[in-house]
Amino acid sequence: MTRPPGEPRRVAYLYLLPGLALFGAFVLYPLGRAGWISLFEWNGVTRGTWVGLENYGALARDADLRRAFAHTAVLLLFYAALPVAIGLLLAGAASRTRVRGLAAIRTILFLPQVIALVVVAVTWRLIYQPTGWLGDFDLALPAVGLIGTWVTYGLCFVLFMAGVQKVPRSLYDAARVDGAGPLREFFAVTLPAVKGEIAVALTLCTIAALRNFDVVYLTTAGGPGDATAVPALEVYERAFQTGEVGLAAAIGACLAAIIFLLSFAINRTADRAART
Amino acid sequence: MIARLLLAALLVLVAGCGAPGDDAPDGEGAQRDGAKIDVAEAGQVTLTVWDQEVRGGQRRQIVRLNEQFQARYPNVTIERVAKSTTDLNTTLKLAVSADEAPDVVQANQGRQVMGTLVEGGLLTPLDDYAEAYGWADRYPPVLLDLNRFSEDGATFGDGNLYGVSQMGEIVGLFYDRDKVPEPPRTFAELEEQLAAAKDRGDVPISFGNLDKWPGIHEFQAVQNAFAPAEQVRDFVFGREGATFATPENEEAAAKLQEWAEAGYFTKNFNGVGYDPAYQQFADGAGPFLIAGTWLLRDLSDRMGDRLRFMLVPPAEAGGEAQALGGESLPFAITARSENPDVAAAYIDFLTDANASGVLVRTGNLPAMPATDEPRGAAGQDVFEAWRTLTDADGLVPYLDYATPTFYDTITAGVQQLMAGRQTPSEFTEGLQGDFEKFAG
Repeated sequence: MTRPPGEPRRVAYLYLLPGLALFGAFVLYPLGRAGWISLFEWNGVTRGTWVGLENYGALARDADLRRAFAHTAVLLLFYAALPVAIGLLLAGAASRTRVRGLAAIRTILFLPQVIALVVVAVTWRLIYQPTGWLGDFDLALPAVGLIGTWVTYGLCFVLFMAGVQKVPRSLYDAARVDGAGPLREFFAVTLPAVKGEIAVALTLCTIAALRNFDVVYLTTAGGPGDATAVPALEVYERAFQTGEVGLAAAIGACLAAIIFLLSFAINRTADRAART
Repeated sequence: MIARLLLAALLVLVAGCGAPGDDAPDGEGAQRDGAKIDVAEAGQVTLTVWDQEVRGGQRRQIVRLNEQFQARYPNVTIERVAKSTTDLNTTLKLAVSADEAPDVVQANQGRQVMGTLVEGGLLTPLDDYAEAYGWADRYPPVLLDLNRFSEDGATFGDGNLYGVSQMGEIVGLFYDRDKVPEPPRTFAELEEQLAAAKDRGDVPISFGNLDKWPGIHEFQAVQNAFAPAEQVRDFVFGREGATFATPENEEAAAKLQEWAEAGYFTKNFNGVGYDPAYQQFADGAGPFLIAGTWLLRDLSDRMGDRLRFMLVPPAEAGGEAQALGGESLPFAITARSENPDVAAAYIDFLTDANASGVLVRTGNLPAMPATDEPRGAAGQDVFEAWRTLTDADGLVPYLDYATPTFYDTITAGVQQLMAGRQTPSEFTEGLQGDFEKFAG
């Protein structure tokens, strides 16, 4: 029996094997192992004690940990919502005129992405020094968030510009002939053209917000008090400082689940939007 | 289909694992003879040593002592693995529980590192060596207690000795001689000088608490003027009936808050880093800086003879000297070391009278009695303070040794207390709550 060309065949799995083996060894196995450890009470040295889902229960009951997760909601605003809004605004403005030196501007705005986050954090710590914001209980979290905005808005802008440049100029011309103002033009032409890019930007920024560790660790170490504590910082502290490796793994597992669900939701929404 | 394959693969992978830490020993440390041996007769021996003596004078002293030891015993090779403190603390547990464990490691005091390793049966008790080599004569009792644990790792500050340290440190008052012609003799005099400095427009105490941990020093500097040394030690070691919610601690917290409200510290101190704060002091911003002797070298390079050091003065003139202080990370012998006797001889060599001289000459403060004198007025102040404290048995350990989570709790607490977001009693009760959760 001969198959039509393009029909799936078993041999395809053979081709997948090398990639799958690497993926399994370096992603799936550690993930499964972390999930397994999260079911134990373990200090990192002596034999762990099986506690089932107790670490997850402890996580749900611990007000400090709940607060850390709540802080990421605020960080999402600064790391994802705000940069996407700024990126859209800039891309919308740039689409209306022929900007001179666009390549240079794009490079400059993208630079924060290229700099190591450690350098970014240390530099911003110095910048904030005279203001005292990082030591203020109400301003510390927004101040940390603004660093994230600065890091990610350039990425959003560059992504959106790529989307805008796919749009034939004739479309903009047509919109103008039809009498569309800047606002109308943005919503009718620019925005629909960059739907896919928005999904990509939101996914990347959301992940950056949720796994935020280095910026917080180096600017405030979670302080003042625990005003800027975030889950990734708690994972580090529980695993390496206080010897609660099982709880740390449970926090990590929850964080991974939340990241997975959010990126899934974003991409699902984007797919649906793309089809309409 | 793919998803199902992945899931199956995942299950296979996970099902193959036992409980984490299955390969840990059963808690029985190997039996050792614990004798003083002639190292020259020990045959060819390689000692693997993990230390964190990587900065400036610390690095110079360990390199020199290692050379001297190997020159004296050509049959011994020292394989040194140097790591930063943070790096060592986070990787040590895995390294020590591996089959190829190092022989000698610097295991940080307290429950998080040393306590966990003792509980896992990974460190060798050193009491027999201590007796053979006379280590007890080198240190005041509290410095040995800090390296003691019960065999199961549950009791801190009592039981077997698991390490000894090379260097001492004190948290006290650095002062600017140009601004403090007459050092305060009592706590009340200190407060008068703080108020006067504030009126002059100086920053009375340079302080930056953005890094969180400096707050512990600020609180304990004040605490020592109120709480007796033994009370704080009892709490840190979790002895019978110890509590943090004492009237003395509450008074100390109230005093610290009062100072913060009176503007005795650097403006916006919760948002200022540790380094900028002490640099501000070095540049002449004000009379005092509460800090540890580890800043001595940096500060004297910048300030020269202007720099002096003293202990926070006691409530009454001539009162018993007591201050926050401690010792460097202790050298310990792993349970899996094949040459514990040679390792013990090495540790003895790092802490004997010769080592004390090397430490002084490389700009360190030896925890052991010193015969050499350091250069510079501030350096001599520090040595004098150390001698006073060890003679009076007045060293008070860091509060964050008390429970594994105490560091987080107290650093966050001091930030809140000093920002006026917690009352002194809320502060002491919060810390007591952490302690009770741990004690169960």
